[in-house]
Amino acid sequence: MNERVNRLRQGTLETKPRLSVERAALLTEFCRADKTASVPIRRARAFGYIMEHKEIYIGKDELIVGERGPAPKATPTFPELCCHSLDDFQILNSREKISYSVDDHSRVVQRDQVIPYWRERSMRDLIFAEMSSEWKDAYEAGMFTEFMEQRAPGHTVLGDVIYHKGLLNLKAEIEAALSRLDFINDPEASAKRDELRAMTIAADAVIRFAERHAEKAEELAKAESQSCRRAELLKIAEVCRRVPVHPPRDFWEALQAYWFTHLGVVTELNTWDSFCPGRFDQHLYPFYRKGMEDGTLTRDQAKELLECLWVKFNNQPAPPKVGVTAAESGTYTDFANINNGGLKSDGSDGVNDVTYLILDVIDEMHLLQPSSNLQLSAKSPDAFLKRGLEIVRQGWGQPSIFNADMVVEELLRQGKRVQDARCGGISGCVETGAFGKEAYILTGYFNLPKVLEITLNNGIDSRSGKKIGIETGDPRGFSSYQELFTAFRKQLHHFVEIKLRGNNVIERLYADYMPAPFLSLLVDDCIASGRDYNNGGPRYNTTYIMGVAPATCTDSLAAIKYHVLDRKAVNMEELLRALADNFEGHEKLRLLLWNRTPKFGNDDDYADAILQDVFDAFFEEIDGRRNTKGGNYRVNYLSTTCHVYFGSMTGATPDGRCAWEPLSDGISPVQGADHNGPTAVIKSAAKLDHTRTGGTLLNQKFTPQLLKGENGLDNVAHLVRSYFRLGGHHIQFNVVTAATLRAAQADPEKYRDLIVRVAGYSDYFCDLTRALQDEIIARTEHEAFVPAMAETTAV
Amino acid sequence: MHESADLLSAPSQRGLILHVMRFSVHDGPGIRTTVFLKGCPLRCWWCHNPESQSLQPEVIYFDDRCIRCGDCVRACPQGALHLNGQVIRDSGLCRGCGECANACPVTARQLAGRWMTVPELLAMVLKDQIFFDESRGGITISGGEPLTQPGFVEELLRVCRMRRIRTVLDTCGFADSAVIRTVSKFVDLFLYDLKLMDCEKHRYYTGVKNDLILRNLKILADQGSAVIVRVPIVPGVNDDIDNTDKLSRFLSSLQLRKIDLLPYHRIGNGKYQRLHLCNRMEGVEPPAPDKMETLAARLRRDGFCVRIGG
Repeated sequence: MNERVNRLRQGTLETKPRLSVERAALLTEFCRADKTASVPIRRARAFGYIMEHKEIYIGKDELIVGERGPAPKATPTFPELCCHSLDDFQILNSREKISYSVDDHSRVVQRDQVIPYWRERSMRDLIFAEMSSEWKDAYEAGMFTEFMEQRAPGHTVLGDVIYHKGLLNLKAEIEAALSRLDFINDPEASAKRDELRAMTIAADAVIRFAERHAEKAEELAKAESQSCRRAELLKIAEVCRRVPVHPPRDFWEALQAYWFTHLGVVTELNTWDSFCPGRFDQHLYPFYRKGMEDGTLTRDQAKELLECLWVKFNNQPAPPKVGVTAAESGTYTDFANINNGGLKSDGSDGVNDVTYLILDVIDEMHLLQPSSNLQLSAKSPDAFLKRGLEIVRQGWGQPSIFNADMVVEELLRQGKRVQDARCGGISGCVETGAFGKEAYILTGYFNLPKVLEITLNNGIDSRSGKKIGIETGDPRGFSSYQELFTAFRKQLHHFVEIKLRGNNVIERLYADYMPAPFLSLLVDDCIASGRDYNNGGPRYNTTYIMGVAPATCTDSLAAIKYHVLDRKAVNMEELLRALADNFEGHEKLRLLLWNRTPKFGNDDDYADAILQDVFDAFFEEIDGRRNTKGGNYRVNYLSTTCHVYFGSMTGATPDGRCAWEPLSDGISPVQGADHNGPTAVIKSAAKLDHTRTGGTLLNQKFTPQLLKGENGLDNVAHLVRSYFRLGGHHIQFNVVTAATLRAAQADPEKYRDLIVRVAGYSDYFCDLTRALQDEIIARTEHEAFVPAMAETTAV
Repeated sequence: MHESADLLSAPSQRGLILHVMRFSVHDGPGIRTTVFLKGCPLRCWWCHNPESQSLQPEVIYFDDRCIRCGDCVRACPQGALHLNGQVIRDSGLCRGCGECANACPVTARQLAGRWMTVPELLAMVLKDQIFFDESRGGITISGGEPLTQPGFVEELLRVCRMRRIRTVLDTCGFADSAVIRTVSKFVDLFLYDLKLMDCEKHRYYTGVKNDLILRNLKILADQGSAVIVRVPIVPGVNDDIDNTDKLSRFLSSLQLRKIDLLPYHRIGNGKYQRLHLCNRMEGVEPPAPDKMETLAARLRRDGFCVRIGG
């Protein structure tokens, strides 16, 4: 990277996240005075007020401009969604992990202006007021989480609209849609009129926001003594006057157009997750090519501009979360995720020069944000995969790798048009969506092992002693796996119904009270339908519930089936007592369950068939159910950091896991339960029918030595290609550090799966002598990549 | 005709399998499944798989995992075990049936060696066929010395050929020359261990002379089999220039060009303790990387393609 980028990068790494009440104060000020009756128009005007009055920041060295807060990493709050108490502020300021500094001025503003207006008006307050007692019981027991209690529906990714149309073009489309409204036959015509007018106001808000940056740049240029920087500032002003009001003409304008659009979306509402540029490499390629051909752009300039944009992403920590939401997603990352490669809408390979350029940027920048991934199709060249793996092996967790062909298959199964499916990809962690055309809302994690725990206690949550489930029979009376599974199924049905009822109520609250007119104007077919993004406006409207810890659930069911029901070597009474006692005084039984049960992740059909049962049960309960926006419910499997939170709410499990310990993550095997190496893990994971999900997450560990050289790269490339031939959705590799090896030395049980390379030979780490383990730890310490920054989190 | 009669009788044949290791990436090209057979006619001092030497199933004991619950003692049909601080085995009474390993809740007792049929083993190998296809990998048959069980290995190689699984045979070469000739028809690549050129030293450190080993390597070279010669570099045993010179001359004469130098490592140390065997390499350090480089450079000067590790 050049010196400018290096300075910008250092700046973003060194700046500590802090909380900014600027947005909250402006919003409150507006809402106190405003008398608008229409909800969408009021929301749009409020957005306009913020964009007109917020501080405009243009930093030294910057080429791409614009911040969500008044300065880099000054993170706004969204009191209309979640109105933080002063206690919340105190926690955010002082907690050890993922803290945000809060100054006295912010406390005063929050106390005197924000809280008095928004308390009991925020979505969080409205939601909790509307939830039933059974919902609250399940929520408090750690059965599921609720994404919308602190953040707005989002999970959307931009298509290619902004590269062809400026906001003026979109405003013209809105005018046309308004003129088509049929006030005689369409009872919703008035509502549509308000929504469309709101979109126009929102478009003007962002036009004004860009214009204010132009004014600021011109002002700075006047005061600038260095002619070189003065010219840059004038160029910035020119770009900001051009986009996004008009479509971009060159590479620089394309990047700035995206960034203003991004800021508009994430300032209008705190969308979960953030916002993403979709097939960025494909969108940018025409501008890149044109610039190269007419001599107005070099590869280095293009890279510098991209790197300036990367800094911008990293300047935006996720807005602060508290409570369960902080526990389920404990990270600064806001999950903007750059998709690379994949397919074009005609089905051909989408990898181009910009793809490789972006991979170079990712490699050089080493930033927490944006996240990045490879969309690997059978049609993608190996060079693309191997360039990505070169970055992977440095061990800072990026990029993750997706099966682009499976993404298409998943979207087709959900009934999407083939071109829309090919232009889809993933956002957040692993979630599948049709870019620019779909609202695919994640609504909460769902704790599968907890369902089994409650089944084994006949409806009682053993942690609280409260009855939160239904009576599905005393398990001591179960004589077959079928009986056990039927009871599990009934219990699952009960909790899924509670979750769905809650979801539908929340969905309407957002549709009625929290429209997002700016986001709506970017997503097909909101303008044409005159409906908001949060009210079924997009072409596709999907609601997801995310299954957590299928492996812990599977291994637990397998343990009961194998030891209690098949072999009858352990009786149910004994098992239940051991679970109730958290295995205290039952260590031998725990070890037997832990060590001698067929477990998921070993390519063993005994366990893997149970995973399929669990998968089918969860799928059948949820998939295809109608949401309130004309779309359907779907399932996917990811856990972010929620498996740790759910673990802390779940008692001892029959797989030998002690109470309150983490559950398995994504669709990965239980930590330490796989003994047959990565090919077996991949085979097991591929037995799950990924086509019937909207995404799955598979984590694999490796030591740096295993990936050494061209051979090491080839081996991992082959693993990835094989997994994808078998129909896997996603895989990511976590480098094993010396710290992990030390943990394995201290607690071998949890790390039985850890393979290390010793000379020309690999073996399970835990099977090595202490002396050899120490030697390998020393070597790993020596060879391992040291992350550039402490803020990296693996999620 | 004689051969096909053998083939018909073969499926009932069983082999004593020590271990099947998936995602094996150091023993031949691509992603492989390495099948370790039990039994070896050599007793190399530096052997890192001492549990592979005997042609009998035997029980390995992980003292650090054992919780002293006594389930194994109760499970043993021979009364060969008793608990006294740790589990003590009377090797005179133990028949290696593995009942103790079955009973152990913590896998502190493990049975090394399981009799398997060719179809049973093939099914395990085929589990990773997709990875073989993708990486041009396949099966590696190793040991122990796989040719200690020649009929089983031949049959396994035949069925692998039938399923188009690429085969690597990792051998010390101490086998009947007729066996070498027969199996070579079904082997895509030999990994051929050559430890010491001096016959007497070879006998001292491995228990057998090397004349048969050298003869068999010549047979393979003469008939044009694909061979990579693998030399474990053991400090104080064969890391001298004299051995390297002789190795170079011999392989040159056979026109074999590929050599892997494998630095001695101590991965087996713990295994000696678990098997209650004497480890004659106690205290020997792995060769220094520059020592390995020196030897490799020496051989490369003579025109060999040399890899360290492999």
